[in-house]
Amino acid sequence: MVTIRGHVTIAVAFLALSCSGSREDVAAHSRIGAFGLGREPSAEEIERWDIDVMPDGTGLPPGSGTVEQGAELYAAKCASCHGATGTEGPYDLLVGRVADDEFPFGRDPSVRSTIGNYWPYATTLYDYVYRTMPFGTPGTLAPDEVYGLVAVLLFMNGIVPEDMVMNAQTLPMVMMPARDRFVEDDRRGGGGGGAEIR
Amino acid sequence: MSDPKHSSATAISRRALLAGAAGVAGAAMAKHTPAMAVEPGAEGAAGQTGSDPTKVPGRPASPIGRRATSERPTRLVSNSPGGVSRTPLQDLDGIITPSDLHYERHHAGVPQIVPEQYSLLIHGMVEKPLSFSLEDLKRFPSESRIYFLECSGNGGAAFYGRRRANLTPQQIDGLLSTSEWTGVPLSLLFREVGVSEDATWFLAEGMDAAVMTRSIPTKKAWDDALIAYGQNGEALRPEQGYPARLLLPGWEGNANVKWIRRIELSDRPFMTRWETSKYTDPLADGTARIFSFEMDAKSLITYPAYPTVLERGGWHEIAGVAWSGRGKIVRVDVSTDGGGQWEPAQLQEPVLPKCTTRFRFLWNWDGGPATLMSRAVDETGYIQPSTQQLRDARGVGTRYHYNGIRAWSVNAEGAVAFAD
Repeated sequence: MVTIRGHVTIAVAFLALSCSGSREDVAAHSRIGAFGLGREPSAEEIERWDIDVMPDGTGLPPGSGTVEQGAELYAAKCASCHGATGTEGPYDLLVGRVADDEFPFGRDPSVRSTIGNYWPYATTLYDYVYRTMPFGTPGTLAPDEVYGLVAVLLFMNGIVPEDMVMNAQTLPMVMMPARDRFVEDDRRGGGGGGAEIR
Repeated sequence: MSDPKHSSATAISRRALLAGAAGVAGAAMAKHTPAMAVEPGAEGAAGQTGSDPTKVPGRPASPIGRRATSERPTRLVSNSPGGVSRTPLQDLDGIITPSDLHYERHHAGVPQIVPEQYSLLIHGMVEKPLSFSLEDLKRFPSESRIYFLECSGNGGAAFYGRRRANLTPQQIDGLLSTSEWTGVPLSLLFREVGVSEDATWFLAEGMDAAVMTRSIPTKKAWDDALIAYGQNGEALRPEQGYPARLLLPGWEGNANVKWIRRIELSDRPFMTRWETSKYTDPLADGTARIFSFEMDAKSLITYPAYPTVLERGGWHEIAGVAWSGRGKIVRVDVSTDGGGQWEPAQLQEPVLPKCTTRFRFLWNWDGGPATLMSRAVDETGYIQPSTQQLRDARGVGTRYHYNGIRAWSVNAEGAVAFAD
């Protein structure tokens, strides 16, 4: 009863603030854990879900895989959707480069994007394959298997050599051809001008 | 039913109807009130035969309402792989999309989530990581606000070469819906866990088989983001993220992560597949915009539109919707001569920020060929451009954010076709 009452008091106080005060007022009157809701998760709980991998390699697990190991897995688990060489489909194209590593997509809608010609970070490949591939049985690949698949996909795209061993140290070092193609969104609505179209 | 003697019979018939059939009670009542044995949802003998509905009692109350049987708006499910269905914009009035007609876009199907097993974990650059149950989320002060959601790929059919005259509003721009969303402001949750001042980005992660992830600037959370659990007065539909989703008002649909289970605070973006390989906008100069979240102002005439055929000249009310991810719509101009002359349409209240706004324009059709267009202006002063202007500015191969002016042609026979 006491806790419920305490909660109601806090909630009412906050609502009053949000009606009358600015955001800064609200911030000044808020404190961590003010509502006393939620529970502290265990370290294991966080670790189980915290599977994301960042461009600098943060989040990559121990383990490793080779192009050869990856090729075997690719044929068994990926080729039916993406084609034997990653270019046949029927689903997303995985393999392909543009001459001189140009980036003609904005000019030419017929150029299809692939890992080799569009993806800016190699680490994204690990993150994505681990979290949601293969499509029918997502999240079933072990880290060694994912490293192997990443190795073979980058090899098929001509980005790493055939003897590449992929692991938490080597993967973040891979420089993707489209790495520097991405720019900040410069659309600003009307911004007073109205006529400017970006 | 004012006679108390009849009350028990009514109760029994309700139960029987709940079970999905008129059953014994219905049969027992049949000799007194035959029309009441009709299943809920059916229109009853009177409506179907054209006889006088004032001469036959209608069906009784029912636990779940249904549309009139003669009204059958449906989503249009795409044949392409992946989950896509489009809202029947041409069948709707007002601004709220009925929840069962809200568009769908998902990348590994609609997950089944047991609410008791649901939790939202917030961790990373916070003082105190916390895991919130659905009940926890509902105990925070809630807010209800009306916002549109639009897939940033909406309108692709109007932009590329596959344009056809026989496209409906639903086929062109049906990845647009509007709901009243109820939830807890994400800023409240961020204060509860003590988000670090240095945390400039957060990762939002879904509980579906895609384990969808997007990086979102923390600024949006302090501004107006919600963790929504309600949609149009009831729980979220599974297709819209049951039991809870991220709602980023005015921002591209994909970033509004459904079935949200985890938020990780960071000082930089995560560069997930969905914000690099997809949902980036290539430009003619050999670059691509990344993190292009805002949906620019756009409008669409939903009547008259293909496949409508206007029967005769005279007064017709042109109607449609306009919306902007950057705030309120302040004006919608309509042209009936293909953009030669523009006149302001009437805006239907309420006009809300980051929400669809209805517009109407009374048009006296002279019976000759005409081209109908609408052009939205939002409170930033942004004027909806033509598709050609977008192509000129970004390139013919650009992707996403297809907010060009739409045009419908009307021929002398009154047939309406998609023109641009």
